[in-house]
Amino acid sequence: MPNSSFSGSKARKGLWFSALALAFSLSGPATAQERELLNSSYDIARELFAEYNVLFQEYWKEKTGQSVNIQQSHAGSSKQARAILQGLDADVVTYNQVTDVNILAERGNLIPEDWASRLPNNSSPYYSTMAFLVREGNPKNIQNWDDLVREDVELIMPNPKTSGNGRYTYLAALGYAQDRFGDDQEKIDAFLSDLLGPVKVFDSGGRGATTTFVERGLGDVLLTFESEVNNIPELNPDKNFQVVVPKVSFLAEFPVTWIDKNIEKKGTEDVAQAYLKHLYSEEAQRLLASFNYRVHNETVKKEVAEKFPELKLMPIQDIAGSWENAMETHFASGGKLDQLQRRR
Amino acid sequence: MATTDTAERPAKKLSASATKRVLPGFGLSLGISLFFISLVLLLPISGLFIRAAGMGWEEFWFVITDPRVVASYKVTALAALAASLFNCVFGLLLAWVLVRYEFPGKRLLDAIMDLPFALPTAVAGITLATLFAESGWYGQYLAELGVEVAFTPVGIVVAMAFTSVPFVVRTVQPVLEELAPEDEEAAMSLGASDLTVFRKILFPMLWPAVVTGGALSFARSLGEYGAVIFIAGNSPYVSEVISLMIFVRLEEYDFPAASAIAAVVMTVSLLLLLAINVWQGRYLKRLHGG
Repeated sequence: MPNSSFSGSKARKGLWFSALALAFSLSGPATAQERELLNSSYDIARELFAEYNVLFQEYWKEKTGQSVNIQQSHAGSSKQARAILQGLDADVVTYNQVTDVNILAERGNLIPEDWASRLPNNSSPYYSTMAFLVREGNPKNIQNWDDLVREDVELIMPNPKTSGNGRYTYLAALGYAQDRFGDDQEKIDAFLSDLLGPVKVFDSGGRGATTTFVERGLGDVLLTFESEVNNIPELNPDKNFQVVVPKVSFLAEFPVTWIDKNIEKKGTEDVAQAYLKHLYSEEAQRLLASFNYRVHNETVKKEVAEKFPELKLMPIQDIAGSWENAMETHFASGGKLDQLQRRR
Repeated sequence: MATTDTAERPAKKLSASATKRVLPGFGLSLGISLFFISLVLLLPISGLFIRAAGMGWEEFWFVITDPRVVASYKVTALAALAASLFNCVFGLLLAWVLVRYEFPGKRLLDAIMDLPFALPTAVAGITLATLFAESGWYGQYLAELGVEVAFTPVGIVVAMAFTSVPFVVRTVQPVLEELAPEDEEAAMSLGASDLTVFRKILFPMLWPAVVTGGALSFARSLGEYGAVIFIAGNSPYVSEVISLMIFVRLEEYDFPAASAIAAVVMTVSLLLLLAINVWQGRYLKRLHGG
């Protein structure tokens, strides 16, 4: 989207200026040092990190006396990962797809293969799952995944080919089908094909799907992140949408990591690592929960328990073995998804 | 014969040397042009082909003949054809109105003509999708007639037509301005009907410009992404466009496959534009009795 590339170029420009500023500050007295960080993040996290950055700046100032200038860059996280592979020297990434962090290790050798073990909870300080949003009064009585394949139900979801959001929904449905049909591959395939076949609009991203459902009034059910699903009624109180959280769904991790190659070069190891570790602090977790993400901190968990109903969360390992395997067997060209979407 | 020959030669020489004197620095300006074109056009394009070539002929063929990709060629080409045909007619009409009539607000209309170029295509796409959706301003009336536009291939045509109509208007307009109304008046005074005047006088002069505008509009539509993606619905095999297939390959970090499909689109566009240029050159030569 043009907006994101704009913010990207802005971040770049900001980087040039900051590089200049750094050169000057290094030549001057070293006391009032300003630190620099570039956070490469996903599309809909603008507001979240605008608030978190203030939290962290205060924390870091108190701890070290240094002020931190944090540049943000937001776009679809695959696009962001491509930019880093092509040389954007971001210090940290905060993405919504594990695969986009993996690629930085595989293709660019910018981070170690075991990056996920460097921080607690698979380096995912917060998580979410896939949930449903239905229209006022739930007229089609949608309760679980079964109801989505009924003939009278029209679905809106983003394209699994172009968005992580859509891929997660696919995996959530797959997880449910495995849970229900066990090893019966034929029934699993039939269920997925019934689910995907009638989808009327495949928007390229999650926000596009939200617009289609909310603004254009299309579809009976919107499938997207629980965080987004909870966000929409808050923004559109007049439309009385209802949130439905299914009994089984996918554990959607939001991976974060520092880019070793870049922080070594820029000398930002300490501040970059602290920036990500602080996401696990109580105050940050509370902030994350206020953005409708599920968190790990026990105290905060209790405070917001009402907002997040219990459900069976299936990690990728249970559904497809590993991310690598999921991408290869399901989402690659000619994979399971392509076969299910064949013309029928 | 001989006299005209000798009369023509010095004239030619004179005009050639005259242009040289009026516009100096031919070598320099051509050099700069070529350098610039190489830098911003040829280099990235050859990069694209090199990337696609890196994958081997068999794999290349496999990627570009994938059934879903082939379906997207058809959808895109048909929609682009429909959009550019519509633009040829509608663009000609607009250019006609802008050149031949005086009316209040003419300057404004002239300026508005370029809006589709100035507007970010994503904005155009979202706006069109909103207007043509079942709940939208136009969509609700079209729905009553049983016509669905948004999230169908028809929506793709609408988006393509919108973003590329200035091509036809802007190529036809200057040609129309140079047409002297005297020719038409003469024909009319000799008893030609309106239709005959259009067919025999106007159309042969305007035809090349319309075709060029239409071809530009077609080529642009082939590659359109931003405007189309929001209104297309993106249903596999039904309303997926080529640019989406390229985008999907990029999302999969499959850069060679993306380059391969892009190379196909570009080759087609390039051949088309080249063919139109050659044809137009010949046609004009014949028309002006060269």
